[in-house]
Amino acid sequence: MVRQVSSVTVADRRAAPPVGGQRDSVRLTAVSKVFGRGESAVRALDNVSLEVPPGEFTCLIGASGCGKSTLLSLVAGLEQPTSGEVSAGGGRVAFMFQEPALFPWLTAAGNVELALRARGLGKAERRQRTEELLDTVHLTGFGGKRPHQLSGGMRQRVALARALAQDADVLLMDEPFGALDAMTRDVLHDELDRICAGRQLTILFVTHNVREAVRLGDRVIVLSSRPGRVIAEFAVPIEGPRRIDSAPVAELAARVTDRLREEMGRDGS
Amino acid sequence: MAANMPPPVDKSVPGYVEKLTYLESLEAPSEQRSRRLAARVWGGLWPIGLAILIVLAVWQLIHLSGWKKAIFPGPGATLSNLWHQLQTGLLWQAIATTAQRAIIGFALAVLIGAVVGALVSRIKPLRAAVGSLITGLQTLPSIAWFPFAIILFGITTQAILFVIILGAAPSVANGLIAGVDYTPPLLLKAGKMMGLRRLSLYRYLILPASLPAFVAGLKQGWAFAWRSLMAGELLVAIAHVPSLGFSLEQALQLNDAVGILAYMIVILILGLLVDNVFTRVDRAVRVRWGITEGR
Repeated sequence: MVRQVSSVTVADRRAAPPVGGQRDSVRLTAVSKVFGRGESAVRALDNVSLEVPPGEFTCLIGASGCGKSTLLSLVAGLEQPTSGEVSAGGGRVAFMFQEPALFPWLTAAGNVELALRARGLGKAERRQRTEELLDTVHLTGFGGKRPHQLSGGMRQRVALARALAQDADVLLMDEPFGALDAMTRDVLHDELDRICAGRQLTILFVTHNVREAVRLGDRVIVLSSRPGRVIAEFAVPIEGPRRIDSAPVAELAARVTDRLREEMGRDGS
Repeated sequence: MAANMPPPVDKSVPGYVEKLTYLESLEAPSEQRSRRLAARVWGGLWPIGLAILIVLAVWQLIHLSGWKKAIFPGPGATLSNLWHQLQTGLLWQAIATTAQRAIIGFALAVLIGAVVGALVSRIKPLRAAVGSLITGLQTLPSIAWFPFAIILFGITTQAILFVIILGAAPSVANGLIAGVDYTPPLLLKAGKMMGLRRLSLYRYLILPASLPAFVAGLKQGWAFAWRSLMAGELLVAIAHVPSLGFSLEQALQLNDAVGILAYMIVILILGLLVDNVFTRVDRAVRVRWGITEGR
C-alpha cells in the first residue's frame, strides 16, 4: 500500500493533475448536506472539504451524528450534496456496510459472483475469480454456504470479497467491523492490510473506534458533530505492519481521543 | 495501563490467520441434523390423525344423540358412501373437471396477477390508483361477481374462470407488490453499488428479494381461487359436466345428505392437499433464506 501522508486539504485544487495513473483523487469541495426542509431540516454536513489521493487509506472518525455515513453515501453517489461538489475520482466505487448486506437467497460464492456478473464477466472467468476471491478472504471451502450459515466475521469476509470483486478503485467502508468481537476484528484488520498491499485501493473508512482508525489509516480525519465539519487531521507516521495494541498506535490514538473529547466538551454533550 | 494489554500474539506463526478463521467458523450457526425420515413422517402425521379422530368422535356423538335423526347421517354411512363412490367413475370424473378448472383458473390468475403486480410496482403513477383498486377488488366477495359473469359468459366454464381470476389475481399481485416494496433498502444500496441497474437490478435483486412475499401471495390467491371455484360450480351448474360443486348441488336436489357430506369431505381433502404444497414451498424458501430454522 502506498503510505503517503497528504497535506491538509485545500478546497481549490480541483484543477490539480491526476495522481497515480489516470485516476484522480476522491474529492469533496465545500460540501454541505441538509436533510429535510424548513424547521425540521437537519444539517448533516457543513462545508466539508476533503481530498483522498489514490491509494491512500483515510479513516474518518467522529461521534455519532457527525455525518460520517452521509459523507460516504455522497462519495458513492447514493445521495446528492445540497451544495458543493463531490468527485469519486472517476473510478469504480465499492461500498462495504456495517452489516454484510449479503443477498440471503445466494450462497457466499453466489454473492461474490453476482458482483462479477454485474461487471459483465463470462461464466468461466466468474467461477475462477470467485474462487480466488474466497481464497483471498480465507473462506476456501465455504463458497456453498448461505449467509445465515456463516458467523458474523465470515459474512463480513464475504462482503469484503464481494467488494473486491467489483474491482473498484475506491472502497468505502462504513464501520464494517463495528459489529464484530475484538478478536475477529483484529484478524480482519490484518487481512485488510494484506489485501490492500497488493492493490492500488483508495479507502475511506468510517469508524468510531479511535484505535482502529490509527491501526489502519494513513491519515485520520476528525469530524465534529451536528453539523459535521472537518476539525482535525492526523497523519499516521507509524510504519507497518502495525498492531492495535502497540505503543505508538496507543499514543497517537490518545492524542486523537483528546481532540475528540475537546470537541464533545465544546458541544456540551 | 500496560497490565491491561492483551498478551503479545506472534502473528508471524504460519497458519495464524487460518487458525482464527477456523475458530471463527466454529461460531457459525450449526446445522441441525435432520431427524430420521420415519420420525419426521410420524411427527407430521399424528396431529392430523388426532384431528380426524376428534372430528369423527364429535360427529358420531351428535349422530348418537339423535339430533335431526331422520336427515343427519353418521360418519359410518357417509364414509361407506364415499368409499362406494370412489369405486365409480363419476366421482373421479368430477374431481378431474374441478381440478382442471382449478389449475387453468389459478394459472391464469397467477399470470395476470404477476404481470399487473410487476407493472404496478415498477410504474409510480400506477401505484396509487391501481394499488387501492386491487385492495378494493379483494374486499369484494368473489361470489358477488357471479351474476355479472353469467350475463357476460352465460352458464359456461369461462364464467367460472373469470371469477376465479378476479378472486385470486389481486392476492398474487399484492404479494408481488409487497415483496418489491419491502426489498430491504440496504440490499438495494448494495445492489446499486455493485452496478446492478434497471433490468438487472430487477432480475438479480428485487425479484428474488420479493420471493417470500410472492409465495405468501400465491398461497392466499389459491385459497381465494378454491373458494371462488366451489361457489362457481354451485351457482353455474353446467349440465352434463360433472364437477364437485355440481355433484354437491345435485345431491341437494335429491335431498341426499349422505352424498353432500361425502362430497364435502372430498372438497376438504383436495383443498388441504394443495394448501399443504404451498405451505411446504413457503417453508422451503424461508429455510433457504435463513428466515426460519430448518426442521
